[in-house]
Amino acid sequence: MHEMSLAEGVLQLIEDSAKTQDFSRVKTVWLEIGQLAGVEVEAMKFCFDAVTRDSIAQDAKLEIIETPGQAWCLHCAEVVNVTALYDACPKCGSHQVQVTGGNEMRVKELDVE
Amino acid sequence: MCNVCGCGAGETTIDGKAVVHDEHAHSHGGHFHVHADGTAHDHDHAHDHDHSHEPVQGKHMHYHLHEDGSSHEHVHDHAHGHSHSHDHAHDHSHSHADGSVHYGLGPAGAHAPGMSQSRMVKIERDILSKNDGYANDNRGYLAEHGIFALNLVSSPGSGKTTLLVKSITALNGSLPLAVIEGDQQTDNDAARIRATGAPALQINTGKGCHLDAFMVGKAIHQLELKDDSLLLIENVGNLVCPASFDLGEAHKVAILSVTEGEDKPLKYPDMFRASDLMLLNKCDLLPYLTFDADLAVANARRVNPDIKVIRISATSGEGMDEWLDWIRAGCKKAVDRKSIDGR
Repeated sequence: MHEMSLAEGVLQLIEDSAKTQDFSRVKTVWLEIGQLAGVEVEAMKFCFDAVTRDSIAQDAKLEIIETPGQAWCLHCAEVVNVTALYDACPKCGSHQVQVTGGNEMRVKELDVE
Repeated sequence: MCNVCGCGAGETTIDGKAVVHDEHAHSHGGHFHVHADGTAHDHDHAHDHDHSHEPVQGKHMHYHLHEDGSSHEHVHDHAHGHSHSHDHAHDHSHSHADGSVHYGLGPAGAHAPGMSQSRMVKIERDILSKNDGYANDNRGYLAEHGIFALNLVSSPGSGKTTLLVKSITALNGSLPLAVIEGDQQTDNDAARIRATGAPALQINTGKGCHLDAFMVGKAIHQLELKDDSLLLIENVGNLVCPASFDLGEAHKVAILSVTEGEDKPLKYPDMFRASDLMLLNKCDLLPYLTFDADLAVANARRVNPDIKVIRISATSGEGMDEWLDWIRAGCKKAVDRKSIDGR
């Protein structure tokens, strides 16, 4: 359940930016979650609702933008799509692949007032 | 039909009455829709509006997915400076597996007239940035003091604490060291470490499933670590969550015992990917098990081609020399780097 800690991290970022950007209510939160980030989207939504209760983000809608997993294949010397960390290169079958994208988890944008 | 703005496949405008921007009001031109059937259209649309706008820079790409499965996207320019809070519910270029793309329908998305104006705030920050900040502080402190820190991660019951006790005993005071123990409850593990004579601090995470960099930072200062020493952090027994939380350590060390399964690296790939060393523990039991050690190593390398593996047994002592040599090499590097940086 590290989604709970992540949700708390999201709320902290929101509260920090509320101070600098001067807003009192958050209506929508956009998160960018990579396919390889190890974050369970449903659990994230559940935890987000729990941690934002009685906060400026109470009842805020959580929008999750999922980004695809990408890796650099050393054999093919190109970027290939992967859906899991243990995936082989879909072209050559090698496991000599380095994840290059899809492991991010970021707060992208807020709709606030 | 689009259930918010009222536009649908074959329709040419979204000016329809189904627009749910009750009192919300803005006009934006230049919507360009391309439907799945190949038809395309431009349109402007306007709504009444009772609040002021702030300039918003740039263009938004909107992507609509209709209930009938067709879709279209359009770009509109915000140069006219409104922040319409997306109540008209154009989805921001992402759709969901469940087909719900409009976020303007719920109470949170509805525009409340008379309230302060709604606007978009760009954040673009990593969710873990707070933790990573503390981790960088820890890493800086450790580097400054030539301290080599390891974050030991595994399932509960893999033999982490026993391995630590044996390692500390084998080092026999040749290296100054301290241990941070993480568990949800009890200080049993810290007590086991203290019995070896090494200083140990127990962190109880309560309901938490992992140590984070803030907790470890506090522990580091409380322990008053010696310069040029070794810090062993035994994380909460959990192969999932600790993978995401940088503590400021030099390396994560994953411990996999042969009484578990060969496919654990595949089942919990994040942890084996985040680790630089895997200790395959309890190897003295291999003759009694059907565990295929080579397969376990191959699986770990599928997830992390660079992972170093040491086969070890805290009971028989197999692999202990290699493990301790690896620790000593790391400690030396930390000390060397400190003297270079300190110059």
